[in-house]
Amino acid sequence: MLRNSLILGLVAVFALALFTIFSEYKTPETLNRTAQYYNENEVSQVGAANVVTAVVVTYRGLDTLGEVTVLFLTASVIGFILRRKKKGEPVVKADKGSEILSTASRILFPGSIILGVYVFVNGHLTPGGGFQGGAVIGTAILLIALANPEFAVSRKVLHWLESLSGVTYVIIGLLGIFLAAGFLDNRILPLGDFGHLLSAGAIPIIYSMIGIKVGAELSGIITDINQTKTNLS
Amino acid sequence: MKLSVEHIAILSGILLMAIGLWGILGRKNILKMIISFTVFDTGLNILIVALGYLPGRTAPIVDGPVTVENLSQVAVDPVPQALVLTAIVIGFGVTALMLVYALKMHEKKKTLDINEYTDLKW
Repeated sequence: MLRNSLILGLVAVFALALFTIFSEYKTPETLNRTAQYYNENEVSQVGAANVVTAVVVTYRGLDTLGEVTVLFLTASVIGFILRRKKKGEPVVKADKGSEILSTASRILFPGSIILGVYVFVNGHLTPGGGFQGGAVIGTAILLIALANPEFAVSRKVLHWLESLSGVTYVIIGLLGIFLAAGFLDNRILPLGDFGHLLSAGAIPIIYSMIGIKVGAELSGIITDINQTKTNLS
Repeated sequence: MKLSVEHIAILSGILLMAIGLWGILGRKNILKMIISFTVFDTGLNILIVALGYLPGRTAPIVDGPVTVENLSQVAVDPVPQALVLTAIVIGFGVTALMLVYALKMHEKKKTLDINEYTDLKW
């Protein structure tokens, strides 16, 4: 009882502290100066139709590099924790997915992969981007893994994909120092025609690299978990 | 008092965060605590996006009625959306790690009840 009332009190204090955001909130009439600057100058400086992408990949590109690193760290730690057991330990086999699931996953798999590639290649033009596209690819792999517990993407392929895309991302960023204004500057390539696939300088390449990297990491996590034959009963 | 969209969004974000905190502190099952963490995450993300919203405006993507010239008059603040994208990805990483730790803990003691894990209790 004491525990519950303490928790309730704490939640109430927390909610009250946040409630000031609501009670003090006045609907703004104009954008603040940062947003105004991004919305006015983004098209001439970066040339991406999606302003959010320009902020994520170019203006705050270093943050995104850190974010990708965090995701890589997560994938490696999970791989480390779930490393395979020693030989001789009993292997518990998971049940196969139902007929409906395995048939549907075979039909949906190619489409999901293509959708993921489409989402990250068009990240500078439409809503979406590398992380979203990578997540769609990860979902496709998860679907296959649910239908067939034996399924595993080759670890070697995943490691190579992940490492190559990560290294390419950093090299493109470093090229920005020598060929343009600074680290991760997208103007190492011509900005091109606004609103076309090949525009916005290096953004499509960077976002594709992020997409491949995130997709490979998520597939790696799913494969790791799928291969851990833990008896969960 | 008539509530506008942004007021409702802010209020539901705060509510979701409170529900999440209540679940994190109050639940006994580790999986339920992890789910509460994601509910908390979601509430925070809704709150941040709502703070960048301006009434009657649209997404900051040049397409259709949004042109290069009127972008700063009709589009919302792009910065909170970029921040939330980062937050979602980090939230995913944290959730995946927590779930794997839960898997390992279950392997050891065959239970997910937090009261059974007294190793660090004083």
